[in-house]
Amino acid sequence: MIILDHVKYKYPGGKKYALNDINIKIEPGEFVFIVGSSGSGKTSLIKLLLKEMEPTSGSLKVAGVDYNKLKRKNIPKLRRRIGVVFQNFRLLKDRTVYENVAFAQRVVETPSRFIRRQVPAMLTLVGLADKYKSYPKQLSGGEQQRVALARALVNKPELLLADEPTGNLDPKNSWEIMRLLEDINRKGTTVVVVTHNKEIVNMMQKRVITLKKGEIISDEQKGGYIDED
Amino acid sequence: MRISSLLYSIRQGLKNIRRNMLFSLASIGTIVSCLFLFGIFYCIIVNFKSAMNDLKNTVTISVFFDKGIDDDKIKLIGEQIRLRDEVNTMDFISADEAWEEYARKRYKDNYEAAMASFAGDNPLKDSASYEITMKDLSNQAEFVNYLSSLDGVRKVSTSEVTADGIQALSSVVGYASIGIIAILLFVSIFLISNTITIGITVRKEEIAIMKLIGATNFFVRAPFIVEGVVIGLVGSLIPLALVWLLYDHVVSYVVGRFNVISNNFAFVPIKDMFAVLIPISAAIGIGLGLIGSILTTRKHLKV
Repeated sequence: MIILDHVKYKYPGGKKYALNDINIKIEPGEFVFIVGSSGSGKTSLIKLLLKEMEPTSGSLKVAGVDYNKLKRKNIPKLRRRIGVVFQNFRLLKDRTVYENVAFAQRVVETPSRFIRRQVPAMLTLVGLADKYKSYPKQLSGGEQQRVALARALVNKPELLLADEPTGNLDPKNSWEIMRLLEDINRKGTTVVVVTHNKEIVNMMQKRVITLKKGEIISDEQKGGYIDED
Repeated sequence: MRISSLLYSIRQGLKNIRRNMLFSLASIGTIVSCLFLFGIFYCIIVNFKSAMNDLKNTVTISVFFDKGIDDDKIKLIGEQIRLRDEVNTMDFISADEAWEEYARKRYKDNYEAAMASFAGDNPLKDSASYEITMKDLSNQAEFVNYLSSLDGVRKVSTSEVTADGIQALSSVVGYASIGIIAILLFVSIFLISNTITIGITVRKEEIAIMKLIGATNFFVRAPFIVEGVVIGLVGSLIPLALVWLLYDHVVSYVVGRFNVISNNFAFVPIKDMFAVLIPISAAIGIGLGLIGSILTTRKHLKV
């Protein structure tokens, strides 16, 4: 699903590599944690995967698409195959829960009759069927993240990238989100979670890739959180 | 683009206008003033041209012949002149007609008595002439040279000053209006662009999410282009209505009040005027909206 081959990235004007010689291979259907303290290169990695930035060198393939050969006009097509959730949810505050999820389908020009069917189904999946009329500010953090998750999944992506999905949540809500991600993964979606939530990483016993100062320092199946201190 | 997506873009575009009401109104206001002036100038120019056409037919060239010339020679000269492309109309005025016309002007109601007092002696017996009007007055000097060179032609009288005056005034009005309209068009594009930039800034987060979800450039830009087009369209309809009302009132006022004008000059009918002005104004308005929004979205909205 994801192949990074000797990927290096340096920010424009930067002296050091934010990512230095990264080699990662993630198979379809895997659940992977990418961990590391701030400045380790996690965010840069997510941005590269979303094709928001170009690697300085090396090659990157996601879902069979070679980023070095990808034409600009085809970027939207690629992004439709990747779902993404963020730490701060990034919901549209002036729209209801239903509209926020439907928005993702409108953007990719899904016919209205499908939107009417798929949005309620997705809200049921994340346990928010009864809150479809609410606005984001009327929801708890956990609920907002579930709306964001519904939005990321409604277009049935092959890969789900979650950037610190529990960063703004209490432990109870964090676990609920992780269980949902596990469910989604069980149904076949490849899930990559960038986090520094030690407890969750240690409890879930999934593959853990640890980054430090832009380099991979460990990549373990059923791994745990490596304390750098 | 799907119909549902098109409707979505239109709704979002209208929402943008409501959100940035003040800037939208400023943009609409500039286009309104631009196209209002355009409409006024257009009405003036069209009427001016129509008046000029009427005038052209009154700006005549008179060709007089050598003394004692015979009728066949006059006919021959007439045939030669008629072959020229410059000729719009050509009438032969005989010496008798010339004398009668002069007498009518000079003695008004008593002209018959005055003519009788000459007892059949025509004081203008050498004043038979061809009265010519031209298709295009700008070639007048050249044409007069030609006429003067014809064998049997004694004198060619023209009204060159009038012709030059009409041409010059028409050019000045034309250039001045083009200049003012060009400046206003530029200001309009600038203001539309500004309005749309603000719209983009306000919706920055939404646009960022759209892009991450996989919206195409066109889908992201469409609402802003709708916004520009609607601003342009509204900005063109308001001045059309204003100019219509104004033209209607001015024409009826002038015609009702000043007989001199209404007897000598026919205003171009309002329907004929607007049959051309409506499509031109709408096209300029929509064009301005399109240019302003496309330039701005191309600059700010790249995937």
